[in-house]
Amino acid sequence: MHDSITVERETRRPVRQPARLNVARIRQDFPIFDVPMYGKPLVFLDSAASSQKPIQVLDEMDHMYRTTYANVHRGVYWLSDQATYLYDQAREQIAAFIGAPAPENIVFTRNATEALNLVAYSYARHFLRAGDEIVLTELEHHANFVPWLVLARERGVVLKFVPLARDGTLDLSALDALLTPRTRLVSFAHVSNVLGTITDPAAIIQRAHAVGAVVVVDASQSVPHMPVNVQTLDCDFLVFSGHKMLGPTGIGVLYGRRELLEAMPPFMTGSDMISSVSFDDVTWNDVPLKFEAGTPAFVEAIGLGAAVGYLKALGMDAVREHERILTGYALQQLGGVAGVAVIGPTDPAVHAGVVSFTVEGLHPHDLATLLDRDGIAIRAGQHCAQPLHERLGLAATARASFYIYNNEHEVDALIAGIEHARRRLRRGGRTHG
Amino acid sequence: MDELYRDEILDHYERPRHYGTLAHADCAHSEVNASCGDRVYFEIQLSPDRRRIADVAFQGRGCIISQAAASMLADAVIGKPLAEIEALDQQAMLDMLGVTLTFARRKCALLGLRALKTGLYSLRAGESTS
Repeated sequence: MHDSITVERETRRPVRQPARLNVARIRQDFPIFDVPMYGKPLVFLDSAASSQKPIQVLDEMDHMYRTTYANVHRGVYWLSDQATYLYDQAREQIAAFIGAPAPENIVFTRNATEALNLVAYSYARHFLRAGDEIVLTELEHHANFVPWLVLARERGVVLKFVPLARDGTLDLSALDALLTPRTRLVSFAHVSNVLGTITDPAAIIQRAHAVGAVVVVDASQSVPHMPVNVQTLDCDFLVFSGHKMLGPTGIGVLYGRRELLEAMPPFMTGSDMISSVSFDDVTWNDVPLKFEAGTPAFVEAIGLGAAVGYLKALGMDAVREHERILTGYALQQLGGVAGVAVIGPTDPAVHAGVVSFTVEGLHPHDLATLLDRDGIAIRAGQHCAQPLHERLGLAATARASFYIYNNEHEVDALIAGIEHARRRLRRGGRTHG
Repeated sequence: MDELYRDEILDHYERPRHYGTLAHADCAHSEVNASCGDRVYFEIQLSPDRRRIADVAFQGRGCIISQAAASMLADAVIGKPLAEIEALDQQAMLDMLGVTLTFARRKCALLGLRALKTGLYSLRAGESTS
């Protein structure tokens, strides 16, 4: 029959290797763009919430379910062996994608939120004491805030926040004063999901290590959009979600330094993460399986592997360059519309493909609903960052975000949609409130 | 074009009915949608026999749907018996608006109703313990 080590499966449709991003060609790989919205073409500007999926990822998972499906790590029969091989291969692909030293550094989770909870539970809860300090920032997503807040309440750990500067970047001049001998952990977003701010991790990581703190990088908005190398960063933990980078839902990644993962107690317990179990004793499995209890989302992990393959073929430098140009265009165009205020840095070099803005006299919800009728999908609200919005003094914002399948025409459509919404609602404005 | 922002709804948003404050309120309650900042604050004055809503006033800020719905609701409940208000459910509120809303926008539409009903409920609770 088949040799499980050497069998190669053809992917259904080969991934092209353009010199620079060919968006028109890329869009052909995404079936969802054939689906009309209210009879109009879909203009999808909410990839920061979740990205669309290319046929290569869909086919990989479908093929898995149809031809090579069986539980991993368990069976002696060919199907299980092959599924295990493909699952392990996905882990290797993902490790290589972020420059991890080995696949053992990669723990599969449900998403970045679960990965952060794992660090909070297995590292922080285990090693931190009352009075220890955690440094976060004012622009964190709830996933990188709430787990630490809960820890602070339960353990008397002190939270401190790197403040926002006026231009929407982090005020790193305040960092030295925040870091003390009691700082045990620093966690920050590489790219802000609201402001689009790109923070240079080196500035934070070096100083955090100098006071003996471990560093967690929330790379949810960076790994999908730019080259990220965990060894270059020298971070201790790094998290991201598969569904934001062309992969399926239900799969995320925690990268961890080997020594830390080995020192940490497990998170969820049950099967797969054990080595041996008797009625009165249990020993843990090796890293990373120690942190992966129960049947894993192995088909989804393989789907994420296919997504990584797709992105690798495009080249992450090309992806970043595409978004840098597109974001620059969007900032320029939005800046020219009266009553529109973009929040976040004005310099596209430090502003990733996430653009949040307000429109005078137009609540983001109403704008988003009217844009929807034009086939345009944006996000409205607080984008899972209520403390940040409180800090900005804004009740809600509108957010457009870009990825490999967006182009300048879609930015033009957004601008036209904003004007259209204003015309639609212009009747003299409100007399109260 | 789309019915969602038809003239009636925009009119209620721009010229909200019963906007302001009451000279004498028997109860009041504020509801906020934390995820977008929409807020509606209702004040209620009961009839002397405490069986009807004699007057109502609301204040608020937020999206068109949340504010227009509050205004329509204020219009609808003046003079009505409390028993009838209690029977006003979510679907009745959505029917009052008369538009199809996405799941996420329903919270906006129901904000005023929650403020009103919670205010009345607190009044009842106060009465039953006194």
